[in-house]
Amino acid sequence: MTKKEPFFWITVSCGIIIMAFILLPLIEMMTAPSFAMLKETIKDKDVVRSIWLSIYTAGLAALISFVFGTPLAYVLARTDFRGKKLVESIIDLPIVIPHPVVGIALLSVAGKNHWIGELLSQLGIRIMGSVTGIVVVLTFVGMPFYINAVKSGFESISPRLEKVSRSLGASMFSTFFRITFPLAWRSMLVGIVMCSARAISEFGAVVIVAYHPMIAPVLIYERFEAYGLKYSQPVAVWLVFICLTLFLILRILTLHDKEKA
Amino acid sequence: MIRIRDLNINLKEFNLFNINLDIGTNEFFILMGPTGAGKTVLLEAIAGLIPVKSGSIYIGEKNVTALAPEKRGVSIVYQDYSLFPHLTVRENIRYGLHFHKINKDRSDETFDRLVEDLNLSYILNRFPLNLSGGELQRAAMARALMVEPEILLLDEPLSALDPGFREEIRAGLKKLHRDSNVTFLMVTHDFAEALSLSDRAAMMNNGKIIQTGTMEDIFKRPDSTFVADFVGMKNLFAAQFRETKALTGNLEIELGAKPVDGHGYIAIRPEDIVLSRRELTSSMRNSFEGNITEISDYGLYYEAGILVRDITFKSLITKSALLDLQLAEGTSIFVSFKSTAIHTF
Repeated sequence: MTKKEPFFWITVSCGIIIMAFILLPLIEMMTAPSFAMLKETIKDKDVVRSIWLSIYTAGLAALISFVFGTPLAYVLARTDFRGKKLVESIIDLPIVIPHPVVGIALLSVAGKNHWIGELLSQLGIRIMGSVTGIVVVLTFVGMPFYINAVKSGFESISPRLEKVSRSLGASMFSTFFRITFPLAWRSMLVGIVMCSARAISEFGAVVIVAYHPMIAPVLIYERFEAYGLKYSQPVAVWLVFICLTLFLILRILTLHDKEKA
Repeated sequence: MIRIRDLNINLKEFNLFNINLDIGTNEFFILMGPTGAGKTVLLEAIAGLIPVKSGSIYIGEKNVTALAPEKRGVSIVYQDYSLFPHLTVRENIRYGLHFHKINKDRSDETFDRLVEDLNLSYILNRFPLNLSGGELQRAAMARALMVEPEILLLDEPLSALDPGFREEIRAGLKKLHRDSNVTFLMVTHDFAEALSLSDRAAMMNNGKIIQTGTMEDIFKRPDSTFVADFVGMKNLFAAQFRETKALTGNLEIELGAKPVDGHGYIAIRPEDIVLSRRELTSSMRNSFEGNITEISDYGLYYEAGILVRDITFKSLITKSALLDLQLAEGTSIFVSFKSTAIHTF
């Protein structure tokens, strides 16, 4: 056996430290609450309601990203135009802006002092303290993750496949639905998972736009503030557990289909 | 039939300038040129897959310049074959039928014939992922021909295949063309391939067509140094013409007939240059004494460089000739060639 160089041991130790750094707190938190306590927590209507709200607002954000983001991702993957870099940077903006700032920014458009806010309130749409507001915030923060994932998915499909399809008589629409979509849907699913995972974890922006109705992260924060660590942990465990299960199911569904093809 | 008039294309990386081309119905036409010459761009322009800046493209009598690709009746086979990875070979071949109103009996008949001709029956239910290059190539050909196109564009269809395989596929391609009334337009940068498949070709370089003509014209009578070089005319010298003679360096070469222009180039294929130990005398021959400066091994043959005064001739020789003549660097030898082997331009 050859002697490993010091460099090798440095990489290994750094790796171990990082693994521990990520896993230790999570494992500690997940194992802290007793089984009885977990059982009691899930019977709490507020907890169930907040987790459910979190999941379906995040799901809605992903759906909106899917509908509006897919065509944009396609254009960005396929064409080259002036200002493309600018558009791409704008898409990435929500990732780099501090979360509370996102909330404040959205409110400054949706508030009474802005004509859009005025228009919305005349239409009976309320952003402040509403489910609509939560969905708007989550879409804002989640969209970039969807678009980036799907864009690279489209980029990995050779444009020649589309060209061949056109030359065989298919219109652009038929080509998209028969060739591009079937080849890209897995990356869309990845995009949806990324987007909703990001959305579900949002706290800072939501808490500014809508403290109530309460999404799970806000509830966890409130329990922590009012009752302490011990009471916020079980909610956190349930949120993590349910999210992981959902993502795992999605993952299995996609893997299953991959084997067929 | 394809007719291209003053076609200009202006894309970021690719440009075509003033392309004029006429290809007859059911012709097998070859487009040649080095990588980056714009051959694929021209194919894609004919198929309608890239925007045209100016000029026009006719297919048959119809001006198709502004027509969408799906309405042109032009099929394309790419170098990488571009089979749809999520469809089986059968679904790939029949893909175009979704968009064409072809009577079912007739399409089934075409399908069976193509599957038979291209020997595809054993892979119909397989996905492209695990097929060999030759299988992919045949499937792509079948898919392209299934929709009964007027024109079939082939972008270096043989370059990704094993050399041993090419021969066979080339023969198949020739038969496929003979049995159909489709116009074939094929891109290649392999001159031997071009010679064996077609009788007319165009040569491209830097986005322009620089020579169009029969294979024989291009092979034996290139009209530019670029084409001469491309087709392997390794003996290419600038010359001045006087009566029936060409002056290049200190050499006076007998051409046998008076060239049209005053000055230009002479070109001689290396296989037309004969080496001998004694001077070959004949009225039609040019014979000069020189010294071998280098011998390069090309596997199946050797190439010798012979310095005659200030001109270096290149000659192709077989291994046995090399041994018979006992050639080595520094050997003094006679270089001879017929005046009919000299091309002037």
